[in-house]
Amino acid sequence: MSRFLQLFCVAFIFYPGTVLAAWGLNMPIGVTDTSQAIYGLHMTIFYVCLAIAVVVFGVMFWSIFHHRKSKGHKAEQFHEHVTVEIIWSIIPFFILIAMAVPATAVLVDMYDSSESDIDIQVTGYQWKWHYKYIGEDVDFFSILATSKEEIENKKKKNPYYLLEVDNALVVPINKKIRFLFTSNDVIHAWWVPDLAVKKDAIPGFINESWTRINEPGTYRGQCAELCGKHHGFMPIEVKAVTEPEYQAWLQEQKAGKIAVAAAAEQEWSMDDLMSTGAKVYEKNCAVCHQAGGEGIPPVFPALNGSAIATGDIAEHLKIVMDGKVSTAMPAFAQQLSAVDLAAVITYERNAWDNKTGDKVTPAEVQALMGEDL
Amino acid sequence: MSEQTVTSDHHGPAKGFMRWVLTTNHKDIGTMYLLFALVLFFVGGAMAFVIRAELFQPGLQMVSPEFFNQMTTMHGLIMVFGVIMPAFVGLANWQVPLMVGAPDMALPRMNNWSFWLLPFAFTMLISTLFMDGGAPNFGWTFYAPLSTTYAPPSVTFFIFAIHMMGVSSIMGAMNIIVTLFNMRAPGMTLMQMPMFCWSWLITAFLLLAAMPVLAAVVTMMLMDIHFATSFFNAGGGGDPVLFQHVFWFFAHPEVYILILPAFGIVSHVIPTFSRKRLFGHTSMVIAMIAIAGLAFIVWAHHMFTVGMPLGGELFFMYSTMLIAIPTGVKVFNWVSTMFKGSMSFETPMLFAVAFIVLFTIGGLSGLMLAIAPADFQYHDTYFVVAHFHYVLVPGAVFGIMAGVYYWLPKWCGKMYNETLGQWHFWLSLVGVNLTFFPMHFVGLAGMPRRIPDYALQFADFNMLTTLGAFMFGFTQLIFLYIVITTIRSGKKAEQKPWEGADGLEWTVPSPAPYHTFSTPPVIDAK
Repeated sequence: MSRFLQLFCVAFIFYPGTVLAAWGLNMPIGVTDTSQAIYGLHMTIFYVCLAIAVVVFGVMFWSIFHHRKSKGHKAEQFHEHVTVEIIWSIIPFFILIAMAVPATAVLVDMYDSSESDIDIQVTGYQWKWHYKYIGEDVDFFSILATSKEEIENKKKKNPYYLLEVDNALVVPINKKIRFLFTSNDVIHAWWVPDLAVKKDAIPGFINESWTRINEPGTYRGQCAELCGKHHGFMPIEVKAVTEPEYQAWLQEQKAGKIAVAAAAEQEWSMDDLMSTGAKVYEKNCAVCHQAGGEGIPPVFPALNGSAIATGDIAEHLKIVMDGKVSTAMPAFAQQLSAVDLAAVITYERNAWDNKTGDKVTPAEVQALMGEDL
Repeated sequence: MSEQTVTSDHHGPAKGFMRWVLTTNHKDIGTMYLLFALVLFFVGGAMAFVIRAELFQPGLQMVSPEFFNQMTTMHGLIMVFGVIMPAFVGLANWQVPLMVGAPDMALPRMNNWSFWLLPFAFTMLISTLFMDGGAPNFGWTFYAPLSTTYAPPSVTFFIFAIHMMGVSSIMGAMNIIVTLFNMRAPGMTLMQMPMFCWSWLITAFLLLAAMPVLAAVVTMMLMDIHFATSFFNAGGGGDPVLFQHVFWFFAHPEVYILILPAFGIVSHVIPTFSRKRLFGHTSMVIAMIAIAGLAFIVWAHHMFTVGMPLGGELFFMYSTMLIAIPTGVKVFNWVSTMFKGSMSFETPMLFAVAFIVLFTIGGLSGLMLAIAPADFQYHDTYFVVAHFHYVLVPGAVFGIMAGVYYWLPKWCGKMYNETLGQWHFWLSLVGVNLTFFPMHFVGLAGMPRRIPDYALQFADFNMLTTLGAFMFGFTQLIFLYIVITTIRSGKKAEQKPWEGADGLEWTVPSPAPYHTFSTPPVIDAK
């Protein structure tokens, strides 16, 4: 309790807003000009509200204290005063105008996403983010990295619990970055408080926003629009780095992509497919179909013993690659490499009780991917 | 106003259970509405307990994320449609005829049907919890396509339940409008009408305008789900944002439906216990009409982050800020009513004073939310949760509590226990602030709403919030105890138990006879 007392004393007595932010009590000031402007607006309107509250409640409590029947106060009988009513309608009007002017200026600036240096397309999926650097041939998914054990309280939670991902979005500082938001399924919202960027990712539509980060660092955020059961588990991690570091990172990503394509040409053993498949399954499939393949019927069907996972291989490939319309099952052909697809399908056909002995090779998947194009 | 002397008791209520099924009496129907709201208050509260228990600590402890989403959805739907709205309609049923000197509501049979739709609608809604795939899990705002393409099968039952609630609300609203326009005692002009009746007249028009829009939006969902239309399905050429525009065109007036009758109640309680007339009767009416008018042109302030054009953002920001003016007038008028009065602080007054203070806090955070650029940081965080709970719990619910304590002696002819009432108030006051005030902090610090698990930096305040929520919840058992003991064994109440009270309802005996104002009262010109 003493921690709470401390927090409240700090909050209410004398500390300025900057210190409050460090305590996790207030909006972060952030690392962009926009976030700092918004913080300024927020504090201004907060102080205006505080002043109004002090005056109104001051009069009220003074009255409550003095004008009591128990103190023998006799009620006066005034009940109308047109001039006073007009005055207290007009004064707030001017206060509102005084607040609307700076708010409008900040908003106009936030809406000007022209002349960007870098364009990044951000696509929301249930429940992960996909980032595509337009014109750079770099794109990847970004998925929660916090372990299941931590979420289920079987392991101590690390300081970035629920705010860490496998592949962070890497961007350079001091460049105007334009984001193009959309979604593959339901509405999500991409939000990083330190950048003051929050925008809905809506299927079928593209929204724009921009940022220019002033300081290198790692900035974390979360999906802000309810998007299904794992809405609380699709964080965002942005690494802001210097321009040379960013260029080096881009080269690394491109090299990685070539390596992944080459891997599909290789011969894959059953064991390698199974171990890769287990990892891919854990990351992409287990969230709905569950680790043991039991699913959550009827919304998320079981894979263990299912007709598809033990039946015709072509059907199985089709549903994983193309998804199923009007359900939460996405088309994984757009999300996974040929190796990952082959591995995960092999895994699903051989894990648990599905001991079919079938092996699907990356080459077969790649042939199918060619057909789709 | 003259004393009511003639009360006709030549036929009282029927006996037994069928009395309640067949009744067309406004007092019986009002009682049923209020009891219904009370029962669902505890059902919705139990769901809040599940939510808060899960959020007591980081990590998943109690429930799965799927069930957590069902709880937030059902908690919201039940509290809005099953508690606050029926409680207000119940108060209207009891008080509107008594306050305007009418023998009953204008359309008594329809009144019966309005009520009896509700138990069936809510039985159906709650039964979805036991269906395959679970209850609706897309939030009380049920945004498409999460609530259409990606919804559990029970969504169809949810849609039908919403339709039934809508029919009930529309009939209730029509009844109140017709009663107030046609059945006021001879000589009572519209401007002389008591403030609670005025607040309900305006609310009823909001309901008439807004509920059909809700019916439209759920019907469009139904078509998308079952009849292959694509209103909200981008894959078929539809627009998910259209859903939000239609929904909020209903839901913003709806939030005023949830507060205006409380304004009315407080406008009676404050003058009574200040022993002074309400300051600015006319401006109070004008302010409410202005709020109701603005309610229809501010809806997209719930959607600042959907990517509206700049012009749209600015329009909705400015129009939203304007609401502060009439709302401010109301608060100033209440404070002026108290100013230089002769106040005493019985339980109804305590709830009314807390209403003014805490509703104003909710109003001021609403003004902060209206600032569109700042809203990009506030939107969909716990700051919003704090804001609307401040206007709905210590706002609407405290308003209802004030009304119940104020009029209960008239309804049952017995006086509640003042000491217990004071305990109920003070514990509720502490509990409600402990629950909702820390939500401002975690929201600003970046905690999104509707998540079953959260990052470690939010842990302390969430723990505090959960403790507050349990305190507030259990305190309401005192209220239940007070209501039951007052009805069963309270001390006899006088015809006018409050020294400063004014109005026709205090001219009939306590308890109010089954039939009142069979002969209209005579209204003296004020």
